[in-house]
Amino acid sequence: MRTLSRAVTLVVSLMLMPSGVSAQSWEPTKTVEFIVPAGTGGGADQMARFIDGLIKKHKLMKQPMVVVNKAGGAGAEGFLDVKGAKADPHKIVITLSNLFTTPLATGIPFNWKDLTPVSMMALDQFVLWVNAESPYKSAKDYIEAVKKAGPNKFKMGGTGSRQEDQIITVAIEKQMGVKFTYIPFKGGGEVATQLVGKHLESTVNNPIEAVAQWRAGQLRPLCVFDDERMPYKEKVTANMSWADIPPCKQAGVDVDYLMLRGIFMAGGVTEAQRNYYVDLMGKVRALPEWKEFMEKGAFNQTALKGDDYRDWVRKEEARHIQLMKEAGFLK
Amino acid sequence: MEEISALMHGFSVALSPFNLMLMLIGVVLGVIIGVLPGLGGANGVAILLPLTFAMPPTSGIIMLSCIYWGALFGGAITSILFNIPGEPWSVATTFDGYPLAQKGRAGAALTAAFTSSFIGALVAVVMITFLSPLIARFALQFGTPEFFSVYLLTFCAFVGMSKGKAMKTVAAMMIGFALAAVGLDTVTGQLRLTFGFTELLQGFDFLIAVIGLFGIGEILQTLEEGLAFKGVSAKLNMSVVMETWRELPRYWMTSIRSSLVGCFMGIVPGGATPASFMSYGIAKRFSNNGEAFGSGQIEGVVAPETAAHAAGTSALLPMLTLGVPGSPTAAVLLGGLLIWGLQPGPLLFVEQKDFVWGLIASMYLGNIAGLLVVLTMVPLFAAILRIPFAIIAPVILVICAIGAYTVHNSMLDVYLMVFFGIMGYVFKKLDYPLAPLVLALVLGDRAEASFRQAMLVSQGELGVFFSNGLVGSLTALALTLLFWPMLAAAWAGMRAGTLR
Repeated sequence: MRTLSRAVTLVVSLMLMPSGVSAQSWEPTKTVEFIVPAGTGGGADQMARFIDGLIKKHKLMKQPMVVVNKAGGAGAEGFLDVKGAKADPHKIVITLSNLFTTPLATGIPFNWKDLTPVSMMALDQFVLWVNAESPYKSAKDYIEAVKKAGPNKFKMGGTGSRQEDQIITVAIEKQMGVKFTYIPFKGGGEVATQLVGKHLESTVNNPIEAVAQWRAGQLRPLCVFDDERMPYKEKVTANMSWADIPPCKQAGVDVDYLMLRGIFMAGGVTEAQRNYYVDLMGKVRALPEWKEFMEKGAFNQTALKGDDYRDWVRKEEARHIQLMKEAGFLK
Repeated sequence: MEEISALMHGFSVALSPFNLMLMLIGVVLGVIIGVLPGLGGANGVAILLPLTFAMPPTSGIIMLSCIYWGALFGGAITSILFNIPGEPWSVATTFDGYPLAQKGRAGAALTAAFTSSFIGALVAVVMITFLSPLIARFALQFGTPEFFSVYLLTFCAFVGMSKGKAMKTVAAMMIGFALAAVGLDTVTGQLRLTFGFTELLQGFDFLIAVIGLFGIGEILQTLEEGLAFKGVSAKLNMSVVMETWRELPRYWMTSIRSSLVGCFMGIVPGGATPASFMSYGIAKRFSNNGEAFGSGQIEGVVAPETAAHAAGTSALLPMLTLGVPGSPTAAVLLGGLLIWGLQPGPLLFVEQKDFVWGLIASMYLGNIAGLLVVLTMVPLFAAILRIPFAIIAPVILVICAIGAYTVHNSMLDVYLMVFFGIMGYVFKKLDYPLAPLVLALVLGDRAEASFRQAMLVSQGELGVFFSNGLVGSLTALALTLLFWPMLAAAWAGMRAGTLR
């Protein structure tokens, strides 16, 4: 019985392997397309262009790479493009939470299982921001003020509709028994500017989207939506570092949310092809410039690859279904 | 003046032989990118961005911004010669530029377009040099109701333009709005009007519609007219430049108005495309020979080109001071700043003096270089019109198809381009205007999104559009422009009444 099962395993694994040689090592033979399922200038786009820049600068790949924005339909355009390129090893895609939220909210025929997970580059934090001229010094103050003002009086701005920013907003609302007027915008930069111009009361921008305005003394961070403080102790403003921002949990707002910044490729690619990109991204992450980028954007530097990454994504999908169901975004 | 000394320092940074060489390369590449429809400035800059990583940041941004200037110049060329806008912001240039070329005045139209672009850019750069902190604060005043009022102003400035067939204008505009509504709705996150076709979820791209409606539509019509290609008598020497320059000072009022419109729209940030439409509409309304617009007036080329270039240039200001890009190209440049380790935002002007003032100085120099490059090529461009149509038409078709494909790297777009081409041809046959459709398509979803965001803010109160001085005056101005023909008639009637 045992030998039989072993034989079956052997046969199956041989069948899965297209040819013995290519399983050993593989390298791109033509231009690699790096798809960004979001617009230019956003967090995903910045990271993709940064990775592309590092690969070129340090000549990590022999073939050229081009970054292509396919932002249509909240990123569905980009995901469907990679899904359609089954077994094409010359296409990789960077993802954000819209990997889960877009198909769930719109019902487009796409699931992350259509893709092959390559590696997680980092997790992006979310911070609760208010205008620096507003009187709120802590998340507690702020939530109390929102409660006092009554429902729909305070405006929360965010990127997109039924996506991560709104998921966090709804989670705060449920937890704290408050109600914001959520206003969706097209990009994080726009959201930060609207807050500086006092057209909004608060935002849940990623650190990199609002750091410039924080440094200029226009915005104030109240708390970070994570279990613990961010590890970056270097001063960002005259007297604060990322590490000085308390976790929201401490302020009584028990919401934590981190966003995936990871790399996927098309489904049906070989092990060797996937390993090539896992290796490539590993090299990128080892560069000093990458460390600097992580620090500037206060990223959570968790990184996974291969099967661990796949398991993580699976859990994350279940969590998003749960979160979106609770928020009433799914019918 | 502190700014002057900072600017002089900037010139000393920018004026190295290496940087001057990069400037020239950038402008020439930019012109080529501008000429090819579909391959916009944003794509061009994105493709070439990695080349600059080996350079110092200041040299890098000088080359990239010169590509951008070049693309702004180059967009006008195909608009005038073939009625095919190379860039979205040169759509309005076709309205008078192409009729001029058909009359054999392609050289004059090109000269006017390039010179106006230069003037628009110059006004914007001077403004950036001296007023940037002030302007950055002004831009922060713009919330969602203000954005909507700006879009409303663009529509209103443009809508009364086509006279006599108001219903046809409205019909064309409504088709434009309908096309703009297809795809994902930003406010609710739901798909609209896709009828189950996942291909439609990205909506109809403005560029593809324009390439089809104008370019393919024009070729179809020329085919019908027996392959006669007008404008063969184009002059082929540099004297046309001097002649046009003698004519241009007459339109000083249009130039000033268009520069202001352009700067305003660039900062807001509305962008170069709405700026060009708005400026054309306003020029037509207030010019002495506004009636003749559309039949080949130099003034009709001056207005959109000045505004587009002024807007394109001033769009860099919100990027530098606020970190919010005023145009797609500025967004790509923003990505570049991050890779060079520069954090755009309020502190850039304080912490990176060399970089900021080097960039501003390069705006002056880059535009001068750009003007010289394109003006010397005017006779060359005009000479293209001497090539027989039977040879040039297939080439244009191929370029259009490549352009449409480049926008999203998708074959569907090429089919859509053909579809829009047939639509453009039918529109022309039935005498429906194309401009309102294009305007509604390019601004429709943005106007809708800001309207609905404003409604969320105000909990459904329309009064939000008059809730403060800024938005109130913008809305009032828009409504005045919309009802201008009626108001003018009433005014004339009143005057006649008192005289009697």
